[in-house]
Amino acid sequence: MIDLQGYGPRLLEGALVTIELAVLSLLLAVILGLLTASAKMSRSWILHRIGTLYTTVIRGVPDLVLMLLLFFGGQMGINLVTDWLYYQFDIDIFINVNEFIAGVVTIGLIFGAYMGETFRGAFLAVDSGQIEAGRAYGMSEGLMFRRIRFPQMMRHALPGLSNNWMVLLKTTALVSIIGLTDMVRVAAEASKATHEPFTFLIPVAVIYLLIASVSEWIFARLQKRYNVGFGEADEWNN
Amino acid sequence: MEQLNIWFTNLLADNTIFNAQTLEYYAEGLATTVQLVFLSLVIGLVMAVPLAIARGSRRKWIKMPIFFYTYIFRGTPLLIQLYIIYYGVVFIDGIQDTWLWLILEEPFYPALIAFTLNTAAYTTEIFHGAIKATSKGEIEAARAYGMSRGLMMRRIILPSAFRRALPAYGNEVIFMLHASAIASVVTIMDLTGAARLVYARYYAPFDAFLFVAMLYLCLTFAILYLFRYLEKRMLAHLRPQS
Amino acid sequence: MAETPLPLEVRNLRKRFGSNEVLKGLSLQAHQGDVITLIGASGSGKSTFLRCMNLLEQPNEGDILVHGEEIRFKETRHGREPADWKQVERIRAKLSMVFQGFNLWAHMTLLENVIEAPIHVLKKPRKEAIEQGRALLDRVGLLERADYYPAQMSGGQQQRGAIARALAMEPEVMLFDEPTSALDPELVGDVLKVMRDLAKEGRTMVVVTHEMAFARDVSSQVIYLHQGVVEEAGPPADVLDNPRSERLKQFLAPKH
Repeated sequence: MIDLQGYGPRLLEGALVTIELAVLSLLLAVILGLLTASAKMSRSWILHRIGTLYTTVIRGVPDLVLMLLLFFGGQMGINLVTDWLYYQFDIDIFINVNEFIAGVVTIGLIFGAYMGETFRGAFLAVDSGQIEAGRAYGMSEGLMFRRIRFPQMMRHALPGLSNNWMVLLKTTALVSIIGLTDMVRVAAEASKATHEPFTFLIPVAVIYLLIASVSEWIFARLQKRYNVGFGEADEWNN
Repeated sequence: MEQLNIWFTNLLADNTIFNAQTLEYYAEGLATTVQLVFLSLVIGLVMAVPLAIARGSRRKWIKMPIFFYTYIFRGTPLLIQLYIIYYGVVFIDGIQDTWLWLILEEPFYPALIAFTLNTAAYTTEIFHGAIKATSKGEIEAARAYGMSRGLMMRRIILPSAFRRALPAYGNEVIFMLHASAIASVVTIMDLTGAARLVYARYYAPFDAFLFVAMLYLCLTFAILYLFRYLEKRMLAHLRPQS
Repeated sequence: MAETPLPLEVRNLRKRFGSNEVLKGLSLQAHQGDVITLIGASGSGKSTFLRCMNLLEQPNEGDILVHGEEIRFKETRHGREPADWKQVERIRAKLSMVFQGFNLWAHMTLLENVIEAPIHVLKKPRKEAIEQGRALLDRVGLLERADYYPAQMSGGQQQRGAIARALAMEPEVMLFDEPTSALDPELVGDVLKVMRDLAKEGRTMVVVTHEMAFARDVSSQVIYLHQGVVEEAGPPADVLDNPRSERLKQFLAPKH
């Protein structure tokens, strides 16, 4: 790695933090997204309402505000709970909201809402006749989900998923604001210390572009795989 | 009911956070946010129209630089762009001796530049896509009726592309409103900046951040409804039967 | 070229797509009031021929004269191109085309479609253009649809609207590119009726069509194209009723 006035290794560590953060947030977002999609499609109106409220509120508020709320407010909320536990039951625990976890939770929570919309659209796009066929052959709901709904849904969800991932990746930069030392924070600190902003910020920008390009390639491969039996990718994009 | 009433009165009586001082912070923050977002959107839009047209040029040396511009600005976090411009302008040789420095010294202007360049990049791609999607037959009809390229762009392609771009552009406007929250990072007292100030002063994260979250939500809904109204009016031609 | 110039004359036109020559030296003379129909199987080059006349396709060889004015060409790196696009635009304005797919501008109402080119290409005063546009819409039976958008009308109405749009240009020659092929059978009649009326009033028209009854009743000349060559040409009584070539006989034989 290039030395970059001694900041090189730290920048590299920061890049790893960014990638870890992004991947873990994506996992959380996918899980929340699947849950939200199911809630919004369920017959229970309470679940439906909760799903709608979640997606509406999350998509109406800036990422950074949610992050600050969860990071600062979360710590205070947890302190309230632990204090109460201490006074009531004499249980002494201390939980520190760490920046990494706060980052993963916030980003996961935000993109869970977007993923929810993506998955819902994708589930609805699956041909209902095929579900019926599964039912007719005696498949259980679980089996049908695993073998029919999910693989077919993925084909429709991939473009949205890839798009969400690209936005998520860029959103990880915000965790530097709440104090996590990802590559953006390292670069910003180095810029201030050395008065050479371009030396650090431009490599970071290049790393983002690199990650984006690699993911684009991976998603293109995945798309090909899930499109088996459906002709060209563009055919259903119209 | 009685209890609720008492609880509510107590809540307001104890309230030290929503006072004249903090409300002023919020009001100023709101004004700054709206100003920043509105200005960057308008300038970005004005830039995006010619860029989108040129982006579709057949000449490589015209379209490639624009492609690179949008690729870089859409592929990297806005925060990085803001840092580069905010920390970077200081180091332009001799800039501190010119009149430009008077403007750029304020963090508002580097932020405005970063936001404008960012939204212009996204908007360029939105318009480019919409222009590309113009029906081949309609273009052919324009050519067959003796329209020049300029006239065709002005009367046929752009009006129809703008309408088609409306939903995507509405999303971009909301995206920009939300993205503008990072202005607070370079010490601008926007809405988020005001919340951070109130938080720091009173150590009241819920009151501060929930309140601005609600304001952002209201702004988002206002934009949403504005665009829904515009779409209803301007996309009437795509709905079969009135 | 001694007498009054012809509205449209094409001489020895050739067109290649790559190495594939699709038009092999075609000529055509349209006198005032002529209705020339181009018939032939799909792939015979009839639409391409029509589209070369107003330079929507660039012919590789041959001359095109509109009212005696010859379109000038120049040789460039990319092949033959019109030397002066301003001239092409001026000439296109005299040859209005009606398309198979209507191609009305979707973001404009029907009336706006009709007055668009007269105002912006011919520089007609707006008020005059609107008056004329409404009269033309009345003529094709669509006055009450003036403020509708294309998507709100049936295919037949759109095509009649498109004919009104073409008429608004007060063209020397009208070019019809399979105007009824995209229509449901029950809507074809209305469009053909409008076209018959135009022929009756002495409009000069070049029509690519599959409607043999129309070709027989209305044309002054029928040209049968086969693989980019004129196989037979002449008055409909000769060409359609007494085909000489085996191919044309087969083409005209009732299908099914």
